[in-house]
Amino acid sequence: MSMIEIEGLNVWFGHGPDRVDAVRGASFSVARGESFGLVGESGSGKSTILRAITGLAPDWSGRVDIDGQALAGGKRDRAFFRKVQMVFQDPYASLHPRHSVDQVLSETLHLHGIPDIDARVRRLLDDVGLGGRFRFRYPHQLSGGQRQRVAIARALAGEPEILLLDEPTSALDVSVQAEILNLLTDLREEHKLTYLMVSHDLAVIGHMCDRLAVMKDGEIVEVMGVEALRAMRAEHAYTRDLLAASVAPGAQPV
Amino acid sequence: MSLLDVENLWVKFPTRQGVVEAVRGISFSLGRERLGIVGESGSGKSMTGRAILRLIRPPGMIEADRIALEGQNLLDLSEKDMRAVRGERISMVMQDPKFSLNPVMRVGDQIMEAYLLHNKVGKAEARKRSLEMLDAVSIRDPERVMRAYPHEVSGGMGQRIMIAMMLIPNPQILIADEPTSALDVSVQRQVLNIMDDLVKQRGMGLIFISHDLNLVSEFCDRVLIMYAGRIVEVCDADKLHQATHPYTRGLLNSLPRLDQPRAKLEVLSRDPAWSEAPSVGGRA
Repeated sequence: MSMIEIEGLNVWFGHGPDRVDAVRGASFSVARGESFGLVGESGSGKSTILRAITGLAPDWSGRVDIDGQALAGGKRDRAFFRKVQMVFQDPYASLHPRHSVDQVLSETLHLHGIPDIDARVRRLLDDVGLGGRFRFRYPHQLSGGQRQRVAIARALAGEPEILLLDEPTSALDVSVQAEILNLLTDLREEHKLTYLMVSHDLAVIGHMCDRLAVMKDGEIVEVMGVEALRAMRAEHAYTRDLLAASVAPGAQPV
Repeated sequence: MSLLDVENLWVKFPTRQGVVEAVRGISFSLGRERLGIVGESGSGKSMTGRAILRLIRPPGMIEADRIALEGQNLLDLSEKDMRAVRGERISMVMQDPKFSLNPVMRVGDQIMEAYLLHNKVGKAEARKRSLEMLDAVSIRDPERVMRAYPHEVSGGMGQRIMIAMMLIPNPQILIADEPTSALDVSVQRQVLNIMDDLVKQRGMGLIFISHDLNLVSEFCDRVLIMYAGRIVEVCDADKLHQATHPYTRGLLNSLPRLDQPRAKLEVLSRDPAWSEAPSVGGRA
């Protein structure tokens, strides 16, 4: 059974003449344990799909099933957030500047109603490769990559089954990006996670995902497997353009 | 003679914890070519660009034996003379057009201002030149864009407007600091091609600062790779993928590649010796 099943999803912002249709008739499904990518330019609606799933974009129609359960409107219950968590793009903006790492993680664990918080915080920090010495630091004392690790630890606190990753590495340097992507690969294996990952970088999606959907102007123009992507077998003209712009000429293997 | 010659450039910031050295004694020259400066955040690449224009605000300090623009040492100039250099002889395009355009001034007025500041001409002439310049950066509807405010144009268009504004005084050197990082890949190409054409047509020198190795290797003639405020390697852009320094190699290998799938990406392990090693000279 599929973990995420989306059919005919429309998401819009505003009303009446100001209405903007950000996503139109998007359909795809993500199997349990699969890693699925959404690519497209800014404004193509890829992040909006994640926001609709988590209830951050409450105006939507269509069908969204998470693990067989249909979602409705913009309200999500506690059980939903135990199952689905999101990692945001900018680790500089997604952590409270005046909360220490310990506070961030303890509060999240408390909200999930998880007992034995002290031991769990330590475990979480180990899981994301930070270790205990980062526990009482504030975000400004951490580098971008370390902050993103904290954000990932926070997402993992409730032991979710699905992680929604919204451009998790696009604010980071390439060497740090490699570390975070490796961490995400490891975590997916260890915790049997399902990923729905948004990125504008085809190479990152090609590295992380099994299948992907290409979006343009709010619509999914193509759903393809990663082998087809690597072999440059794109059906849609737009995907071919994206591929041509993403593959570096001169990048010959040495 | 080269257009720009930089010798032993340092940029320092005194802080409560001691002096932070953002750029540590680098030397390079720029001819009529496209010179790329790559490095990670904090490597000092942007500070190098700003130091050339003396745009480091106190308490930050710029020290150099020489920053010579066609033989004239910019460090000897008064602030007033320096203002005549900025824009007219060396200009700079920054990363995000959202922050570098004046939000409460029409695009047309801003471009015309740039032209009028450096040329003693009437408004009608400035307007005509501005329209031509917008046309040169492939803006299809220049009349409308002239009347628009910056929030009414897209990011790609905003960056093209910035390029138009920076090139209208016809400078000899353009410093582009991550000019396309805020743009989508498809728009990125377009903006780069426009910049490339203009730079070539006018025989300008271009300093292209970026964190994107692939972009730089494709777009530039020569590349300086910076690490911890020093130049660790200099190479021809088309040979960047055969670079030898472990830092450059590490950066290249940490990129995911569509044509070479791997289960795990290579992680850069930093050697403290890299930041201790003396800077490599970047003269052509």
